[in-house]
Amino acid sequence: MFLEQRARALAVHVVLVAYSALALGPILLVVMNSFKARNAIFGSPLSPPDSSTFSLIGYAKVFRASHIFVYFENSLIVTIVSMGLVLLFGAMAAWALSEYRFRGSTALALFLSIGIMVPIRLGSVAILNMMRTAGLNDTLTALILVYIAQGLPMAIFILSEFIQQIPMDLRDAARCDGVPETRIFFEVIAPLLRPAIATVAVFTIVPIWNDLWFPLILTSSDSTHTITLGVQQFLGQYITDWNSVLAALSMAILPVVVIYVIFSRQLIAGLTSGAVK
Amino acid sequence: MAEPVPQVVAQMPKAKLIGLLALFLGPAVVIYTAFSIYPLLATMQLSTFTGETGGGVHFVGLANFATLLTDSLWSQPFWNAFKNNMIFFAIHMAVQNPIGIALAGLLSLPGLKLKGFYRTVFFLPTMLSVVIVGFSWNLILSPLWGVAKGALTAVGLGSWFAPWLGLESTALATLALMSVWQFVGIPMMLIYAALLNIPDELVDAARVDGLGQLRIFLHIKLPLVLPTIGLVSVLTFVGNFNAFDLIYSVKGALAGPNFASDILGTFFYRTFFGNQLQLGNPTMGAAVATVMFFIILAGVCLYLFVVQRRMRRYTF
Repeated sequence: MFLEQRARALAVHVVLVAYSALALGPILLVVMNSFKARNAIFGSPLSPPDSSTFSLIGYAKVFRASHIFVYFENSLIVTIVSMGLVLLFGAMAAWALSEYRFRGSTALALFLSIGIMVPIRLGSVAILNMMRTAGLNDTLTALILVYIAQGLPMAIFILSEFIQQIPMDLRDAARCDGVPETRIFFEVIAPLLRPAIATVAVFTIVPIWNDLWFPLILTSSDSTHTITLGVQQFLGQYITDWNSVLAALSMAILPVVVIYVIFSRQLIAGLTSGAVK
Repeated sequence: MAEPVPQVVAQMPKAKLIGLLALFLGPAVVIYTAFSIYPLLATMQLSTFTGETGGGVHFVGLANFATLLTDSLWSQPFWNAFKNNMIFFAIHMAVQNPIGIALAGLLSLPGLKLKGFYRTVFFLPTMLSVVIVGFSWNLILSPLWGVAKGALTAVGLGSWFAPWLGLESTALATLALMSVWQFVGIPMMLIYAALLNIPDELVDAARVDGLGQLRIFLHIKLPLVLPTIGLVSVLTFVGNFNAFDLIYSVKGALAGPNFASDILGTFFYRTFFGNQLQLGNPTMGAAVATVMFFIILAGVCLYLFVVQRRMRRYTF
């Protein structure tokens, strides 16, 4: 009986390790080979770089031939600003929808949730026209506005669920003391929403950082490209230069992996809404 | 939703309530309406117009849709993209969701060690950009590099290797499997969370009755997480019928070879933005987007009114 249990546990781990290899293998392969000289990339793709094959030539080329730092900066600005405003406006709206009942509040909540299921991409033709008319074409502002609109429905949905779990006594006590409504939100409620930030972050930051569609449609110059679009165009241009391609891919992968590993516990807890034991 | 109205709010003067609502709801409602709902409606409106050589537009009713669905110059690529998109979705349903369910089932086994590690690793590809995933697999599957061929030869299947991404018969399936590889983390995580919410008493009762882990999973846990599987399916549907990045990164706007990997997203992009073969056409692009909207709407409605209604939700 005991042996049988051990054997079964082992079989489970064999499957899980095999799948881990499948999930990690391609990423490791790309990152590993980005640090190798061209002949080693083709000669022995599966071996890690050693002193004779180590080379940073790909990275040197990426720095020289592309505006990778500008792309990084643009992606950071767009993601952080959109994320901050999605959280702020989303939390305010979620609070109002769950706290103040008024005629039409259910209809408004439904209206705001349309965007969860209907992708904003389908409105691209009109979005591009609007941005051109407003003179915002090829600016980061255009991207930020679109990403806020894209992130809000999910953020409001998640934050509303969260706000409903906050004990009523807290705000009622504050109200009895005559604290104004705006201060109740910003000083009592908002700090309590911190645990929900991770959940909202998974659903807003990741799609914004990784988005190719809107940068492709709304930005046309190097100075406004985001990292995803910048890398995509660089790769298309240098497709035969394997050193550069592998280096560019690794530079796009590594920051995401590092941040993900640091925050994976919170992110996953957020994703499974606190169900992770 | 039907919680009692707090006294203070009920007694609030109307003007004050309106002021508060404008302050709290204003920014979200304005930005969302202006940059999400309005463009969607404006796109639908634009789909009933056609461009003039001078630059203006004039109303043509549903003529764009008639062209799209019946004029062979348009309908042939449209139906090709639609068919490919259905295949793309079918592969996700047939491969991604069963693997996701199986991984979630294994991860939720009681007493499993290294749970956190596996969870983190399995979800990692989902965090990466589709562009990165597409290019990485493109290199790995490339006959030039030979990594995939080498791996197959090592397990004695070397003769199976073919330049899958370049063949008309396999390009679409290969791209779909690349996408499955990336997004399997989403069904896994959602189903895993649902499995954890099943109370221990139910599982313990079955174990006392002598059921093994596999039968407990199939007969007790799986039926209880069916609503989550339904949700995962509709999310997959919306994601697939809106997909674009992967195919554009790997195959370009022309979705080759010979449009074998063309789906609605790439077809929409080509129609709207133009490419080497044709000029961009905003009004026809708007028509394609409108058709995509109705396809997605049909899928979501099918889920909301048929699938979800039939399923019983259990709250513990």
